[in-house]
Amino acid sequence: MQALTNRSKNVVDKKMTFMERIYLPAILSGMWITLKHFFRKKNALNYPEEKRPFAPVYRGWHVLKRDAKGRENCTACGLCAVACPAEAITMEAAERRKGEEHLYREEKYAAVYEINMLRCIFCGLCEEACPKEAIFLTDRIVPSDYVRQNFIFGKDMLVEGIDPANRIDVTVRQKHIQEHKTGSGQ
Amino acid sequence: MLILLFDTALILEKSILVIVLFLITLGVAAYSTYGERKVAAFIQDRLGPNRAGPFGLLQPLADGVKFFTKEDFMPNAAERWLYILAPGAFMFVACMTSAVIPWGTQLTIFPRPVDLQVADINIGILYVMGFTSLGVYGIMIGGWSSNNKYSLYGAIRASSQMISYELAMGLSIIAVVMLTGTLSLKEIAAQQTGFNWNIWYQPLGFLLFFICSLAECNRAPFDMAECETELVGGYHTEYSSMKLGFYLFAEYINMFISCTIIATLYFGGYNFPGVDPGWLGGFMGPIVLFAKIFFFIFVFMWIRWTIPRFRYDQLMHLGWKSLIPLAILNMLLTGAGVLLFEN
Amino acid sequence: MTLYLFLTLAVVSVITALLMVFSKSPVRSVLYLILTFFAIAGQYILLNAQFLAVVHIIVYAGAIMVLFLFVLMMLNLNSDTEPQKSTVWKLTAGIASGLLLVTLVGALRGSIQISTPAEANGRVGLVENLGRVLFTDFVVPFEIAGILFLAAMVGAVLVGKRDLQV
Repeated sequence: MQALTNRSKNVVDKKMTFMERIYLPAILSGMWITLKHFFRKKNALNYPEEKRPFAPVYRGWHVLKRDAKGRENCTACGLCAVACPAEAITMEAAERRKGEEHLYREEKYAAVYEINMLRCIFCGLCEEACPKEAIFLTDRIVPSDYVRQNFIFGKDMLVEGIDPANRIDVTVRQKHIQEHKTGSGQ
Repeated sequence: MLILLFDTALILEKSILVIVLFLITLGVAAYSTYGERKVAAFIQDRLGPNRAGPFGLLQPLADGVKFFTKEDFMPNAAERWLYILAPGAFMFVACMTSAVIPWGTQLTIFPRPVDLQVADINIGILYVMGFTSLGVYGIMIGGWSSNNKYSLYGAIRASSQMISYELAMGLSIIAVVMLTGTLSLKEIAAQQTGFNWNIWYQPLGFLLFFICSLAECNRAPFDMAECETELVGGYHTEYSSMKLGFYLFAEYINMFISCTIIATLYFGGYNFPGVDPGWLGGFMGPIVLFAKIFFFIFVFMWIRWTIPRFRYDQLMHLGWKSLIPLAILNMLLTGAGVLLFEN
Repeated sequence: MTLYLFLTLAVVSVITALLMVFSKSPVRSVLYLILTFFAIAGQYILLNAQFLAVVHIIVYAGAIMVLFLFVLMMLNLNSDTEPQKSTVWKLTAGIASGLLLVTLVGALRGSIQISTPAEANGRVGLVENLGRVLFTDFVVPFEIAGILFLAAMVGAVLVGKRDLQV
C-alpha cells in the first residue's frame, strides 16, 4: 500500500539488542527529556488574573452599543434577526416617545431584544447585517449556568452601560468588520 | 533512685524523639503530595497548585480538610470491621518502620548525649524487611473486604507484586550485609564515613534495590495495583473520605521511608565529607540525610512522570527472571570480593 | 515485668489461636492466625531471640500467610461455603488432635529440666551466635534442611509447569 504521508514509520519486529533490552539507556534518555522540561518556561497562565489576548476574529457575548451621547444605536429594523441562521434573535419594536430622546437615537427602538445563547452559533452575521453599528460580538465569554431559561439574554444582559466606565470597547472588532466588508483585508 | 531517674530521662528522650519523628514523617508525607503535583506540573510545562497560600504551600492542608469533610461512604456488602481496619493497619505499618533508622549521630543536648535513633536493634534491616512484608495486609484486606472486583484485582496485583519484589530486595540487602558484616542500620550508617559510601561497592545492588523499592511502594512504573485505566482506583476503589486519605498518605510515608533506607544503606546516611561528628556535625548529619532523602523522593517522582506503566506479565518477568538472578549474581560477586580483599 | 508480658502474650496467643479455629470465615481465620504469630514473635523477643522473632514474622506472617490469604481471596471462600462436617468426622479429628497433644506433652515432659536460653546467656539468641551455631554444631541438619527446600522448590516448579513432556 502506498503511504499517504512520509511521516509513517515502518514497524519491524526485530530482536532487540542488549542495550535495548536492559531498557536503562532508554529510560535515562527519557528522564533527561523530562528534566529539560522541568526547567523550561511554563506555558500555563494563572487564568482569571492573566489572560491571553483574543484574536480579532474571536466572537463571544454580544453587546448592543450606545452612541457617544449614551443613546442606543439599535433601531429594531430586524435585519439581524433575518440574517441570523440559527434564529436566535427576537425583538419587539416600539416608537420613541417625547422625552426619550436621550435614550434612543432613532424614532424606533427595540423594546425587547433577546438572544438565545443556546441557539446562537456566534457566526457574526448579525454584526454584518446591522446598518447602525448597534450589535457587536465581543471577546467576553458567555457565562455558564444550570438553567436553560437563563441563557435567553435580554436587553439587561446585552446593552452596554451609559457610564463611560461600563462601556464595552469594540474598536478592534469594528476595524476587523470594516476591513472584512470593504474587502481591504484580502 | 538514680537508675529510675536515668530511665525516666531516657523514656522522655525517646518519647520526644518518637513524636518529633512522627510529625516529621507526616509532614514530609503531606508535602510529598504537594511536591508530586508540582513535579508533575513542571515536567508537563504547567504551574501546579499555586492558589492555597504562597506558591500553593497550604495545599496539603486544604487536601486534608477536604478528606476529613467528605462523605464517608461504606459499601453495603463490605466486611465492616475489616474494611475499617485495613487503612489503619496500612498506616500503622508504614509509620512503624522509621523506628530503626539512624537519623544522625549523637547530639549533645545539655550534658546528655542523645542518640538520634529510636531503637538500635541489632537486626535493624530485618525489622524493616519484616514491616515491609506486612504492608501487604493493609492492601489485601482493604481490597478484599470492599467486596468489589476491581478492588480485589488491585489487592491481588499489589500483594503478588510486593511478595515477588521482596525477594530481590532481600537478596540485594544481603550483599550489603555481607559487605558491612552487620544487620544493624546504625552500624551500617556509621561505617560509611566521609565519601566511603556503599554505592561505590554495590552499584548493581543499589540499582536492584532501587527498582524493588519502586515496586514495593506501588509507584510508577510499577503502579499496577491502582492502575486507573484498568482498575478504576485499584484496591482503594471503594474507599472514600479519610480512609482513602489514609491509604494515599501511607503510600507517601512508604516512599519517604524507602528513600531513607536507600540513603542509609547506599549513600552514607547522615555522612558527608566535611561533616564530622562534632557538635555542628551532630546537627548537620540529619540535614545531610534529609537532603539525600528529598533528592530520592524527587527521583521517585521524576520517574513516575517519565516512564509509562509496565504490563503485569512484564512486571513479573522483570522481577523473577531478571532481578532475582541479578541479585544472586551480585551476592556471589560481593562474597567473592569480601573473601579476596579481606584475606 | 517479663512475667506479666509473658502472661499477656500467652493469653493473646491462645485466644487468637482458638478464634482461628472457631471462626466461620476462612479469611478471618487467617487474620487471627497472623495475630497468633505476632504473639509468638513477642515470646521470642522475651527470650532475647530477636532474630528468630523477626524471621518468624517475615516468613510466616509476611510470606506464608499472605499466600494463604491470596488463595482464599481467589477462591472467594466465605462462611456460606464452609462445608458442614458429620459427627464421625468431628470425632475422628478430635481423637487425632488429642493424640498429637498427648505426644507433645509426653515429649516436653522429658525436657522440663533444660534451662531456658534467656537464663543461660542473654546473647544466645542474637544473630552472630545463631549463625555460628548453625554453621558449626548443626551444619549437617542445616544443609539437609537446605536440600529439602531446594527439592521442594524444584517440585513446585515442576507442578507449576503446565504442559511438561515427561
